[in-house]
Amino acid sequence: MPQFLTDPWPWYVAGPMIGLFVPLLLLVGGKEFGISVNLRHLCAALLPGRAEFFKYDWKGSGAWNLTFVAGVTLGGFLAGTLLEHAAPIAISASTRADLGALGLTDFSGWAPAGLFSWTGLTGAPGLLLIVGGGLLVGFGSRYAGGCTSGHAITGLACLELPSLVAVVGFFAGGLLATHFLLPALLPGVRP
Amino acid sequence: MSDAIAEVEARSATQGEPARRGFPAYLLLGVAFGILLVKSEVVSWWRIQEMFRFQSFHMYGIIGSAVAVAALSVAVLRRFHPRTLRGEPILIPPKSMGKGVRYLAGGTIFGLGWGLLGACPGPMFALLGNGMTVMAVAIVSAVAGTWLYGVLRPRLPH
Repeated sequence: MPQFLTDPWPWYVAGPMIGLFVPLLLLVGGKEFGISVNLRHLCAALLPGRAEFFKYDWKGSGAWNLTFVAGVTLGGFLAGTLLEHAAPIAISASTRADLGALGLTDFSGWAPAGLFSWTGLTGAPGLLLIVGGGLLVGFGSRYAGGCTSGHAITGLACLELPSLVAVVGFFAGGLLATHFLLPALLPGVRP
Repeated sequence: MSDAIAEVEARSATQGEPARRGFPAYLLLGVAFGILLVKSEVVSWWRIQEMFRFQSFHMYGIIGSAVAVAALSVAVLRRFHPRTLRGEPILIPPKSMGKGVRYLAGGTIFGLGWGLLGACPGPMFALLGNGMTVMAVAIVSAVAGTWLYGVLRPRLPH
């Protein structure tokens, strides 16, 4: 595989390509780019219960998107095999220093291995980050009616004011988590 | 969002669209998106930390250039009204602001999760495929969170 494909892709290549998914999905089938709605489709398919919110034709409206997400999973696999880049991510020195102060010292992999692993899941910090973080992502994205793809990319591109408000919320929440929750959760993490 | 879904459903119903139509295209686009998320390192918890600490331009460059390209594309689509590959008109349903509570409150809750998990919904699936199997737990949790929202929805301010 050529090195320019296996090396990390710079933002000015990857960003514009991500933006193209909005017109591509519209042109292929009139579909709106948004990932988190698949979590709703999964609820409707697996455990609709009595909630009105999950009583709709998820196959008719969501099968294309569930297929897209299956593709994203497969793409993640291919990127890690065919296009694998073994070297660690070039994280900025200041971020390393900040996270080092919280007890994180191993910067290899996509995420702190001591937290984001099956053994990490058995400790309180890992459990809170993975299960708590997942719950908040699922609840918040549907409450807001979209996630990074639906609001930050599609919504902002359509000049939607509601999406701008949602993105302000995304950032407010992320800053709170980074600067207040993580310091409270992570001091227990020692190598 | 439910409005958007209702609209998509109505469109599918009127045109009698078979549920599986065009699926190889969606699968291929998904594969390309998954590869992009990984190769651009958007899936990295470290990159999300850099972003929320304002210590790297990387994520801002990606989101900013993605929005710029998408906005330009949408403007072109709105100007020239092309049809889809199947000859259907392209409709982009507008979002309704209402009181706006759902966007700020929901957005903040989502952001809290994004900051902790370091992955939004797309990267959760890309990481699972990439071999971070514990992401399956995050995905199940996210489905549970969505389910909780669906149940509590009638009692939440929107």
